[in-house]
Amino acid sequence: MKVLGRLNDSKLSMQMLHRVRDTATRVTARLGRPVLLMEVCGTHTTVFSRTGLRGLLADLVELRSGPGCPVCVTSATDIEAMMALARLPGVILASFGDMVRVPGATGSLESARARGADVRIVYSPADALDLARANPGREIVFAGVGFETTAPMVAAVIMQARSQRLNNFSVYSLHKLVPPVMRALLESRDVPVDGFILPGHVCTVTGSRAFDFIGAEYGIPAVVTGFTLVDVLDALETLLNQVLINSASVTNSYRWVVRDAGNPRALEIMKNCFYPDEVSWRGLGNIPASGLAIREDLTNWDAGRKFAVEVPPVEEPPGCRCGDLLRGKITPPECKLFNRKCSPAHPVGPCMVSTEGACAAYRVSDTSQPGR
Amino acid sequence: MDNQEKKHDSVLLAHGDGGLLTAEMINQIFLKYFSNSVLEQLSDAAVFTVPEGRLALTTDSFVVAPVFFPGGDIGKLAVCGTVNDLAVSGAHPLYLAASFIIEEGFPLADLERVASSMADACREARVAVATGDTKVVPRGQADGIFITTTGVGVLANETDLGPHRMEPGDVVIVNGNLGDHGLAILSARETLGLEGLITSDCAPLNRLIGLLLEQCPGVKMMRDLTRGGLATAAKEIARAGGRDIFLSEERLPVHAAVRGGTEMLGLDPLYLANEGKFMAIVDPGQAGHAINLLRQHPYGLNAAVVGEVRNGEGQLYLETALGGTRILDLLAGSPLPRIC
Amino acid sequence: MCLGIPVKIVELPDEHCALVEIDGIRRKVGLQLVGNVSPGDYLMVHAGFAVEVLDLAEAEARIKLWEEFLKFEGAGQA
Repeated sequence: MKVLGRLNDSKLSMQMLHRVRDTATRVTARLGRPVLLMEVCGTHTTVFSRTGLRGLLADLVELRSGPGCPVCVTSATDIEAMMALARLPGVILASFGDMVRVPGATGSLESARARGADVRIVYSPADALDLARANPGREIVFAGVGFETTAPMVAAVIMQARSQRLNNFSVYSLHKLVPPVMRALLESRDVPVDGFILPGHVCTVTGSRAFDFIGAEYGIPAVVTGFTLVDVLDALETLLNQVLINSASVTNSYRWVVRDAGNPRALEIMKNCFYPDEVSWRGLGNIPASGLAIREDLTNWDAGRKFAVEVPPVEEPPGCRCGDLLRGKITPPECKLFNRKCSPAHPVGPCMVSTEGACAAYRVSDTSQPGR
Repeated sequence: MDNQEKKHDSVLLAHGDGGLLTAEMINQIFLKYFSNSVLEQLSDAAVFTVPEGRLALTTDSFVVAPVFFPGGDIGKLAVCGTVNDLAVSGAHPLYLAASFIIEEGFPLADLERVASSMADACREARVAVATGDTKVVPRGQADGIFITTTGVGVLANETDLGPHRMEPGDVVIVNGNLGDHGLAILSARETLGLEGLITSDCAPLNRLIGLLLEQCPGVKMMRDLTRGGLATAAKEIARAGGRDIFLSEERLPVHAAVRGGTEMLGLDPLYLANEGKFMAIVDPGQAGHAINLLRQHPYGLNAAVVGEVRNGEGQLYLETALGGTRILDLLAGSPLPRIC
Repeated sequence: MCLGIPVKIVELPDEHCALVEIDGIRRKVGLQLVGNVSPGDYLMVHAGFAVEVLDLAEAEARIKLWEEFLKFEGAGQA
């Protein structure tokens, strides 16, 4: 426990920050502009805002958010589908708390609940399975949202439902994969990113090697890191040094958690439950093999096949630039709706409503006093 | 005989029809626990005299699931919430009116438990239930029991508390650990599976606050930290007073278990509800005195200075452990456990 | 995108489940995704499941490295 506490030690972190600023100053001088780093994990977005780090580096480093918030990249059409599932008679829709306020086209799971749907918030997919046991007369549909970190847990729960013959449980799989979206982003060449901060907990499952292509094929450095102050600052120092010497390697700075090859058990159970499929990302469109569909032999636990809910594709809200934001093309203040028509109490797009959405995170960032 | 007994296990619609069963419930539960000379008049309106000063009036409705939670229940909450609203306004609470909306089928034993803890809280706060009302609604039209309490208190003519008195340099103090109630309620909901020693901080604060006001004239205003937590209360005050408030992350008192639980669920103790906490804006010269005073009382053991008032335009900031700042806004929607 | 919490194993009620603790708060978490573990081990937990066993010695080494580096640098500047 002592070690874990020290990973957030403020005295050590402030000294590290000093060093990071020195390095960033040198990089900025070399580039002749602020260095642009992209974090691909919404939890990093939140950490940068909550700790004040975004503001403390604002004059030297622009930290831009990528497509790393799973609820933010869930398309409005998929949200409508979950609302439709929740409205089916006899269905209890179980969802992570993150998802319930995210707007689709006609509302959110929260507003569906207000109109009579039975929507329950769970902390774990295992809790959704418990709901199925406790309510044998009802159909429990779990809203399967998340990346590689979350998908193996959902797979474990589906396997459990199969072995225990819990036939009133199913999953609506909207799981997405990070390496394919990173590739799509790099192919589009929309943003001149100097370096990537890679999602630490996705990498626990995939391994850091799954992201080696960023350096090898696109010549951009990247670093895998965690979420404590020491982790984040350590990774920034590593990444800035790579930018400084023009190195394009992918470094694992989160070795106390992440193995280079990932978690073999998690990868195995995912493979036994899902197969990669082309899916639609909010703001990014269809990306081949970037989502996880439930395998044919598990159809009984696939809510998509079990209930065959059809919703027509819906448009994104007019004026909403969450798509450009998720591609890293703009920062939240560049969206005309930001803090005007779109606010946490009245969100237009998903990036404002999710705690780790870039817009919600920017609202708490004070960038007025960098380097204090 | 069996039927008879069953009938009396739980609240029936007939308990709300104003007839025999209503009278029975009033006598056997409410009068038994709330007994006092004003209530015993059982007239249409409570009549009482009040000491000299101005009157303060407040009302609040209480709905909580579960009805019983570690550290309290809806009854204790209904008394403390209203008493604390009066106390932070600088008033000395005197009487409460209590109105119950009960769902058909609510166990009578639970109603008695609720009434009993209301009575305990009233005794501690030295207030009396002067009048009340009960309605029973058909099953499904309420969630167990809802309670509305209205409180009346008296406030000395010279008492002047409010954001208008706030000045740059004033300090922000709280009387103890943040977020206990919010997390206790969340973890009492079984789907989260949390086990631990988190109990609600639900408590009547009027005697502690009375002491503080009496001995510490540098207290300029107070607010209880219920829904939306410290962040929401401080933001409202900053806005009302037209000054900036800076809270210091490292000075915020949070119980270790609450910190652990909030980390696990992705919540922020700054936004979690409290039911036995208040913040005060205090003249810097009296901050030490105020803290010492609070710490001598069981409801102020972890009192701390958590921030200060600066010139500005009504913003609330958090100074982080790293030396940065973060903007804090009003709570948007109740805190939900998250995995991202 | 994925909140992970480092926790300590208190008990192992069965092979698929661990009772874990963080600052006195306890919860059961699934062990389906990790190998053999024992009470006292630390896990990274996400959404009620362990995703990895933690190597705290590695974390400590990283902290030490920084402390020494900063001390050396500080001495150089002085």
